[in-house]
Amino acid sequence: MTAQPLLDVRDLTVEFATRRGTVRAIEHIDISLAKGETLGIVGESGSGKSVTSYAVMRILDRAGSIAEGSIVYSGIDVSAASDRELRDLRGREMAMIFQNPRAALNPIRPVGRQIEDVLLEHVQTTRAEAKQKAIEALEQVRIARPEERYHAYPFEMSGGMCQRVVIALALACRPQLLIADEPTTGLDVTTQKAVMDLVTELTRARGMSTILITHDLGLAATYCDRVVVMEKGKVVETALSKDIFARPEHPYTRKLMRATPRPGAALRDLLPLELAAAAPTPPPQAPPGETLLRVEQLVKEYPRQESGSLWPKFLGGKAKEPPVPFRAVDSIGFEVRRGETVGLVGESGCGKSTTSMMVMRLIDPTSGKITFAGEDISAIPARDFAVHPMRRRIQLVFQDPTDSLNPRFTAARAIADPILRSGQSLNDAAIRARCEELAGLVGLPLEFLDRLPHQLSGGQKARVGIARALALNPDLVILDEPTAALDVSVQAVVLNLLQDLKVRLGMSYLFVSHDLHVVRLLCDRVIVMRSGRIVEEGTSEQVLEAPKADYTRELLEAIPHPPV
Amino acid sequence: MLRTIGKRIATAIPSLIGVIVVTFLLTRVLPGDTASFFAGPAATPQAIEEVRKQLGLDRSQPEQFVSYVSHLVRGDLGTSLTTGRPVVTELATRLPASAELTLLGLFIALLIAVPLGIIAAVRQGSWIDHLCRIVATAGVSLPVFFTGLVFVYVFYFILGISPAPLGRLDVFASPPPDITGFYLIDALIARDFETFRAALAQITLPAVTLAVFSLAPIARITRASMLAVLSSEFIRTARASGLKPSTVVMTYAFRNAMLPVITTLGMVFSFLLGANVLVEKVFAWPGIGSYAVEALIASDFAPVQGFVLTMAVLYVLINLGIDLLYGIIDPRVKVEA
Repeated sequence: MTAQPLLDVRDLTVEFATRRGTVRAIEHIDISLAKGETLGIVGESGSGKSVTSYAVMRILDRAGSIAEGSIVYSGIDVSAASDRELRDLRGREMAMIFQNPRAALNPIRPVGRQIEDVLLEHVQTTRAEAKQKAIEALEQVRIARPEERYHAYPFEMSGGMCQRVVIALALACRPQLLIADEPTTGLDVTTQKAVMDLVTELTRARGMSTILITHDLGLAATYCDRVVVMEKGKVVETALSKDIFARPEHPYTRKLMRATPRPGAALRDLLPLELAAAAPTPPPQAPPGETLLRVEQLVKEYPRQESGSLWPKFLGGKAKEPPVPFRAVDSIGFEVRRGETVGLVGESGCGKSTTSMMVMRLIDPTSGKITFAGEDISAIPARDFAVHPMRRRIQLVFQDPTDSLNPRFTAARAIADPILRSGQSLNDAAIRARCEELAGLVGLPLEFLDRLPHQLSGGQKARVGIARALALNPDLVILDEPTAALDVSVQAVVLNLLQDLKVRLGMSYLFVSHDLHVVRLLCDRVIVMRSGRIVEEGTSEQVLEAPKADYTRELLEAIPHPPV
Repeated sequence: MLRTIGKRIATAIPSLIGVIVVTFLLTRVLPGDTASFFAGPAATPQAIEEVRKQLGLDRSQPEQFVSYVSHLVRGDLGTSLTTGRPVVTELATRLPASAELTLLGLFIALLIAVPLGIIAAVRQGSWIDHLCRIVATAGVSLPVFFTGLVFVYVFYFILGISPAPLGRLDVFASPPPDITGFYLIDALIARDFETFRAALAQITLPAVTLAVFSLAPIARITRASMLAVLSSEFIRTARASGLKPSTVVMTYAFRNAMLPVITTLGMVFSFLLGANVLVEKVFAWPGIGSYAVEALIASDFAPVQGFVLTMAVLYVLINLGIDLLYGIIDPRVKVEA
């Protein structure tokens, strides 16, 4: 290591002024980063990892301020720098890439122009050459046809493409330090791998230092030299990546590692030791019963955006051929048996959500047949299904536990909603009793029943969502990435809960996910989808240990492999 | 582009037909008997019948409607009974008067309200933010006839720096050659600076009165919309890339914040155009609002119908303009027919 670190954070404390007084987001943090080093900052939500990076860039929002400590970047005291000095530092010396790349770009400015803005601001180019330089920057992040993409707007690009643009924007002025704040959250695994490989390659080639902020210990350990683990605003452990999996020192690191789904770990292994000991040994799962759901030749087509002029039609000319519709789901078939969990895996756009929405009977298939418990439910139009007696038997747990709860409904009201809508005539006391029973089932303390969603934590909201799905005793529950928005430790608990409930209540699950580790833990059988088709199907062991299809292998490859 | 405009106008046709039918019916069910009103208080029943026959009011309602529509198709909106002049001519002279006043008022309001809203959002909680709130609240809570009268009292009666509030030009000046119907522009085209000055002196007070009233919604929307955009993630990116505050605020934030401002602007404009009767009355401005109200009081159908129809057409055009503007500002918006 060099004598003088590139970035030296000493005793940093950041405070936020809130309505209930000052809150310390981070307390007495020490972090140092050598030139050319890659550092991972790992922690769950609320650990203060993002606040740390915003403090380094001095882009905390209005309410936040540096209360104590110093941030020294190659001899410059960032915490005391003037706005002018900061402007010169940002973008030129240190740059940042963000989570949710599409929102991180100005939606109404062509991406090339946005790169130009940064180049011109830091006098890296002249007006005349700006366009050429911006195109070069796009080329460096391997965007195909950069001349065309220069004029594109963020909404016209995929998430992975937008993240490349954000990287191009950050690296345009050749900074020394790159801070990547959850750069791949929300991207597919293969995209994640492509983006992370690109970042690693570019920063290494330029001898840059990188800080990678992530909740994914595996990702950090794979791509970083050193890892800093943060909990509740404090650094609890700093270690070399190659050591952290082998010898985690701090109990929190150990807990985090335990909770991370990984090959070879069973569902119970994810729980913290004390919880795992308390948890009942999983009851032997009954062998799957008769077929509950059968999907045959299912197709969903969407019309393509019509383009071109309508004038020929008006002028009596020959109408153009109608465009070939887009097939989101292309003639797929599978079965779910009673008591079984089937995983539906694939990357965004592969048709897994469309399939689950059709099984859920929220949208109508273009053709094909969905048989549920012997009845052809695809014959019932989606808008009539809501009041059909069958509705009770297929329920859904949504991806985002926050957005899927009505913010004005208490937890009890949310759980009771399906009961109230099902037309059963129950009195208030009976409904309340049922809510309490469900809350007990999902492990939601009864005093939380009268709280509103914003007064509940992510895990509690997930429990409310699950209780709501169970309210009508369904036979099949569709789980649409139910833990994607949760921290790993919460995810571990929720996954265990889901498994226990399934066995106890004898339900079947259709589990939609892009996380193969999670799928391995929960599912008996796995279906891998790509471009609307099924590319592989089999038991979890078969598919994940000995994949037959190239695409499945590609997916498995893309999962970060930390040095163990 | 032309196709979308054409489509949009085509979709407005059913609502315009609705407007024609409804205004026709409404003017017929209004209380008051046109014939007896025009025959005068001393008229005998025979004289009233005579007038009724002359006006065609003795015919059945469907017959009257058919004749109204057939005239309408030929561009004939009928004749005003009070002034005896064709409604089309009256509207053609009065609409530019109203439009000129409203546009200038809105322009002044924009000049003040938009920067005020932007600064209030950028420096949230500062004195300028509070000033913005006070100006907005005061502007909207003072009725226009009151602000108008205060202005006349102070600037004309006490200070004497403003001309008498008697219309678009004082009695001795002659209007500029009619090109756009806007005196300020026509005078400039004719290089008649004397008339320009006179017209400007006349229009200043009523325009400022209108501006004070329309400041409030524009400033509030600008502030709210800027606040929302300033807290969005791409602003954080812009700041993290070290862009100048002026670039961040104007190029990145304001352009994104403009859409709600423009929507509000369109609504305020179409509202003011027909509804600033009080300002027109206070300043004796020969606008269409006061024209329509006078006609309504006199049970004079033709001007009322003409007025409502004109406003409906204008409303359609303004909204079309706003939608097209949306498409220019925000590439994500596709103008749908």
